[in-house]
Amino acid sequence: MSAAPVGARIEWRVAKVLEVVPETPRTRTLLFDVPGWPGHRAGQHVDVRLTAEDGYQTERSYSIASAPKDPKLALTVERLDDGEVSPYLTDELHPGDVLELRGPIGGYFVWEITTGGPLFLVGGGSGIVPLMAMIRHRHSSLAAENGEARKKLRTRLLYSSRGWDEVIYRDELAALAGKDPTLEVIHTLTRSAPPDWKGFRRRIDRAMLAETAWPADESPRVFVCGPTPLVESVAGTMVDLGHPPALVKTERFGPTGSPT
Amino acid sequence: MSKASKQSMDQTVTSGRSLDSLRLDGNAAAGMLSEIFAPDLTAGEAKCAGCGKTRTIGTLHVYAHGMGMVVRCPGCDGVILRVARTPTRFWIDARGAISIAIAPES
Repeated sequence: MSAAPVGARIEWRVAKVLEVVPETPRTRTLLFDVPGWPGHRAGQHVDVRLTAEDGYQTERSYSIASAPKDPKLALTVERLDDGEVSPYLTDELHPGDVLELRGPIGGYFVWEITTGGPLFLVGGGSGIVPLMAMIRHRHSSLAAENGEARKKLRTRLLYSSRGWDEVIYRDELAALAGKDPTLEVIHTLTRSAPPDWKGFRRRIDRAMLAETAWPADESPRVFVCGPTPLVESVAGTMVDLGHPPALVKTERFGPTGSPT
Repeated sequence: MSKASKQSMDQTVTSGRSLDSLRLDGNAAAGMLSEIFAPDLTAGEAKCAGCGKTRTIGTLHVYAHGMGMVVRCPGCDGVILRVARTPTRFWIDARGAISIAIAPES
């Protein structure tokens, strides 16, 4: 489904906060009502604009976390201590408050049911957000489908977090994977892990990708989102492993953030 | 509208990181480009004048922390596109692109 009618320009809209949901100690999900919202595709983002009392304006981009069919637009924001915008979004914003946003933006890092599968998603830290929109989109679109349709769109998520408490959407991912054998969620923890942790305990590397990715001859659609070093290393390795560059799509953010 | 010239100069994707974000990708350019072009450019392709390679615009390197936005080729590091906004105009320098191919909005 097209996100916007032909010729429609992306314009600033006033969005009202309906709900604030804590995800991890450093992240919150903001649920918005956006009158006139034209709909979006999984993987797209919005620009958020804040205006101070003196007229100073600043803008940031945030990936959309909700599926296209979800009734509320969801953004999940990680608090950056030295950030200009994120502390406001995670600490100051309450239900009933409004801000300006425009979107949906971006037509490259997008996955739809019609794009097909299998799907291999690789996320680092808050890079999970657009991938979660894809997982939610897949889940809601397949609700009435049989095992065969699910198998065609079989999905693996490889998700790198610093610690178990920092895994965004942890319970929702476990619940979705628990009732859908065609969705596998594989965690790796890079800094700390619970004592009984049996999963991966290192940064994503070639051996981990070779072990977890669908084989190249299954032509998986690969989406990688996270800090720039993770994205560049994962994308390069996937191509080394024989995946065509055109099927490996990337979205990166700041290169100097702490490694996840 | 002079305040508006500050907009879009430090776009980042997903995490809201700003000044410490140096290299981003074409996705980060999408917001500003959408103010200029109706169809989405990030799914389109640009042919680099430096190395002649054609790439999806979403995969290009974007540096958006300065006064304007610089889009570079990940292969040869050549500047493909520069976009700046002044209070009254957008300035686009596309001499680093031999061609840009964009699908009409579907």
